[in-house]
Amino acid sequence: MSETKIYSKPKSWMKDVHTHYCPGCGHGIAHRLICELIDELDIQKDALSMAPVGCAAMMYDYIDIDYVEAPHGRAPAVATGIKRVRPDKIVFTYQGDGDLASIGMAEIIHAANRGENFMVIFINNAIYGMTGGQMAPTTLVGQKATTCPLGRDPKLAGYPIRMCELLASLETPAYIERVSVAKPKYIMKAKAAIKKGFEYQLENKGFSFIEILSTCPTNWGLNPVKAFEWQMENMMPYYPLGVFKDYE
Amino acid sequence: MAKVLMKGTEAIAEAAIQAGCRHFFGYPITPQNEIPEYMSAHLPKHGGVYIQGESEVASINMVLGAAATGCQVMTSSSSPGISLMSEGISYIAGSELPCVIVNVMRGGPGLGGILPSQADYLQATKGGGNGDYRLMVFAPSTLQEAVDLVQSGWDFAFKYRNPVMILADGFMGQMMEPVEIKPHETDRRDVQSWAMGYFADRGNKRTLIKSMNLTPELLEAHNVELQKKYDQMQQEDTQYEVLDLEDAELVIASYGTSARIAKTAIAHLREEGYKVGLIRPITLFPFPYEAFEKIPSCTRHILDIEMNMGQMIDDVKIGTSCKYPVSFFGHCGGLAPSVEEIEDACKKILG
Repeated sequence: MSETKIYSKPKSWMKDVHTHYCPGCGHGIAHRLICELIDELDIQKDALSMAPVGCAAMMYDYIDIDYVEAPHGRAPAVATGIKRVRPDKIVFTYQGDGDLASIGMAEIIHAANRGENFMVIFINNAIYGMTGGQMAPTTLVGQKATTCPLGRDPKLAGYPIRMCELLASLETPAYIERVSVAKPKYIMKAKAAIKKGFEYQLENKGFSFIEILSTCPTNWGLNPVKAFEWQMENMMPYYPLGVFKDYE
Repeated sequence: MAKVLMKGTEAIAEAAIQAGCRHFFGYPITPQNEIPEYMSAHLPKHGGVYIQGESEVASINMVLGAAATGCQVMTSSSSPGISLMSEGISYIAGSELPCVIVNVMRGGPGLGGILPSQADYLQATKGGGNGDYRLMVFAPSTLQEAVDLVQSGWDFAFKYRNPVMILADGFMGQMMEPVEIKPHETDRRDVQSWAMGYFADRGNKRTLIKSMNLTPELLEAHNVELQKKYDQMQQEDTQYEVLDLEDAELVIASYGTSARIAKTAIAHLREEGYKVGLIRPITLFPFPYEAFEKIPSCTRHILDIEMNMGQMIDDVKIGTSCKYPVSFFGHCGGLAPSVEEIEDACKKILG
């Protein structure tokens, strides 16, 4: 039996809107995966999320679910408040590398350690996008940014932080995986990971953390195709894809 | 429930539970630790949740998230902790969310001390965080009043969808008094129309709770709407007490524990024939300016008494349109003015 797949927009995608993201940015792909899964799991009425600070600050303009704005880095604390009051709802945060791995380091570590029953989607593009290309905690050694014009010097700024590995050292988290949106085969895996995160929450298994290696063609100074290639050549060796922790 | 002898912090916590508070997020800091301790022991028995945040910053953001669901959420802290919470408080006010925040004040600035103080009047009433926002600020002067103000706190928080602060000096937190704590029904009003988690109840319409507006006209309009709320608070919900005002030649302006000490001094002074009265603001924002319009023509002087360096004095001058000389007496750093000192200060002014 053959099936004809017609391209369509997810139901939970806001009607008639286009994103403000730059061509070749990974946010659009990640947003779409989230919307497809909200539809597939039929959780639009129950999904509650936080808009982060960063390029995705206005993701509520694209995804049609209940939203509250979180201060920079604080989404895991805000999510804790929401989920503890409404354990019957599906809660997820969506945060960039500056938001999560720099200013929000305390909030993410402790939410993970408490085993909060929600999912964190972490977009790692190794740079501050919204503010114009400053060094992030995940900027690679030697990678240039507007606040490290000669490239990241580990003697000055330390080495880039691997969040999955860091969080996997904790006992409590249920599920930690790093994925990418650089190629269709990776995108399929990314979708499967986000789906698992949603499902684990529905099954009350606890804290899920999905790191998505993304891109920033504008601030990397690359065209979209080159940006995805750069991610695979440079980020993947330092940020290996895979499952770092899973519910037993 | 009959009157029971309770410590202020515990009375505040039990009053909150009896008013329907079921969610508390906080971080330890002296002198208010009995509030989170009480909540951690008692909230689970009422089907509630207590979470110790990793910091005041995290705790106030947990409050933000919980408040976004329209529940009765509370946190408590003390002065330096409130400074850390100020980011979140600004977001909560900007996002128009209801919550109750208790500040059991200690001396400052910086780490300051741990003894009772009223050093956060300006922080509580004039800002603290960024932007044009106001908290509703209540200053109790007895533990019974603290109980009543905590309980009515959510009524105002939901009426205005605005954070409410109970500004208690350290004495209010640490002393013991008999209190009666009755169950209090809180009206959460039209919570389903705006809170998270009611998508289906709204006919598949989502809610969007935010403080950001990148369009200047929209942000200005938002600020104008916020200002209307603050004006309405000023019109409808100021609270104050006046004492012996009719023939007063000297009027003391004071709140919280300072006002309580001043009352004893006024009783003594009256016995000696000195005509001294009192205006005690209960709401510090909205400030009860109208109380100062009741000052009689025989009044010659206003004395502001606080446990700080005179933070309320500008509001007193505004309230009196600078028609009277206003001077200040007080102590700070954990010291309180004594009855005798207040009497002496009044006698010096009255000659």
